[in-house]
Amino acid sequence: MKTDALIAMLARGPVRADSREPSRRLAMATVAGLVASTLAMLIVLRPRADLADATSQPMFWLKLVLPLLVAGAAFVATSRLARPGDRAEVPARFAGALLVALWTMALVVVAITPGDERARVVVGTSALPCVVAIAALSLPLLVAAFIALRSLAPTRPRVAGLAAGALAGGLAAAVYALHCTETTLPFLALWYVLGMALPALAGAWLGPSLLRWR
Amino acid sequence: MNEVDSELRALLLLALAGDNNAYCEFLTRAGARARAYFRRRLAAYPDDVEDLVQETLLAMHNQRHTYRPAQPLTPWLHAIARYKLIDLLRVRLPRSAAEVEIDDESGDEALHASDALAAEARRDLRQLLVDLPDRFRLPIVHVKLEGLSIAEASAQLGMSESAVKIGIHRGLKLLAAKVAGSR
Repeated sequence: MKTDALIAMLARGPVRADSREPSRRLAMATVAGLVASTLAMLIVLRPRADLADATSQPMFWLKLVLPLLVAGAAFVATSRLARPGDRAEVPARFAGALLVALWTMALVVVAITPGDERARVVVGTSALPCVVAIAALSLPLLVAAFIALRSLAPTRPRVAGLAAGALAGGLAAAVYALHCTETTLPFLALWYVLGMALPALAGAWLGPSLLRWR
Repeated sequence: MNEVDSELRALLLLALAGDNNAYCEFLTRAGARARAYFRRRLAAYPDDVEDLVQETLLAMHNQRHTYRPAQPLTPWLHAIARYKLIDLLRVRLPRSAAEVEIDDESGDEALHASDALAAEARRDLRQLLVDLPDRFRLPIVHVKLEGLSIAEASAQLGMSESAVKIGIHRGLKLLAAKVAGSR
């Protein structure tokens, strides 16, 4: 087939298309993944017993809101990276600034904590379960985001995978916050961030092989 | 955004709103720019140029909803062409696949040249189209080649209108996948 004939073929018939489609597909995938992740938390881990009382603690909200902000930035970045040639610097910088602010506050808390208290403030009582649970809860979100991305056109698959992983990790961390009873900023800054980083790294690792499109 | 970019962008926006003539003009010009881009980079494989132009056009069509209207157009075109080029080089140069580097990330100059002279494509898309299952092939043949409306094709094929539309959409994606598989 000559190229002119191909062009005539492609241009015939309905050609209308909606440029909001990529964000819509990613949003639907994210909601599906979030439902699965939340159900897994409710059934396997269960929400913390004192959930109603906890809503009066600022730390409870910080553990919820900070991962949600990371997820929001990652969502914008992912929907940009699903489009050829589009850029994601702004959401990436926003997420970076959030992390820097969190780590700065955490360092201040560690600095003003008496020496014999520091280990407890940083490590808490559930560091390892926290990291493992966030990574596990991010799995359905990561799968859903990858399925959506594969139907779109990410031309930088490693970066797109990283962003999709950060989206999955951020939401999974927010879901886990409903279960977790830790109350310190350094715990959030270290173990939550580590839990979110694992799916982000997994996404960056898997992106080049899985995010192929035609 | 330069002049070429804004002209092409206007054509694509008209096309996305449903204007077939604007779309034909857009694909012709975008194809000419892709051809110039590949000719310059595939001096060692001149026979691949037209195949890659066709693949790029098919990819642009299948992914036309990924153009965000606020985004400059040249980087969009360029990223798709570059993606297809890397795909090809990965097959041609399997040993160095991981290190394939195309050092024109910015795309500022890369796609402004235009080359309207189509050479012969090596691979025949029509042949690949024949091999598609009927539920994809027939909607494409009726609507995209014979120019029937969706309603007419739906009546003739005994499929619902949405099934015809989905058949065209999936069929063209499958065609693009076969194209890549036939390399």
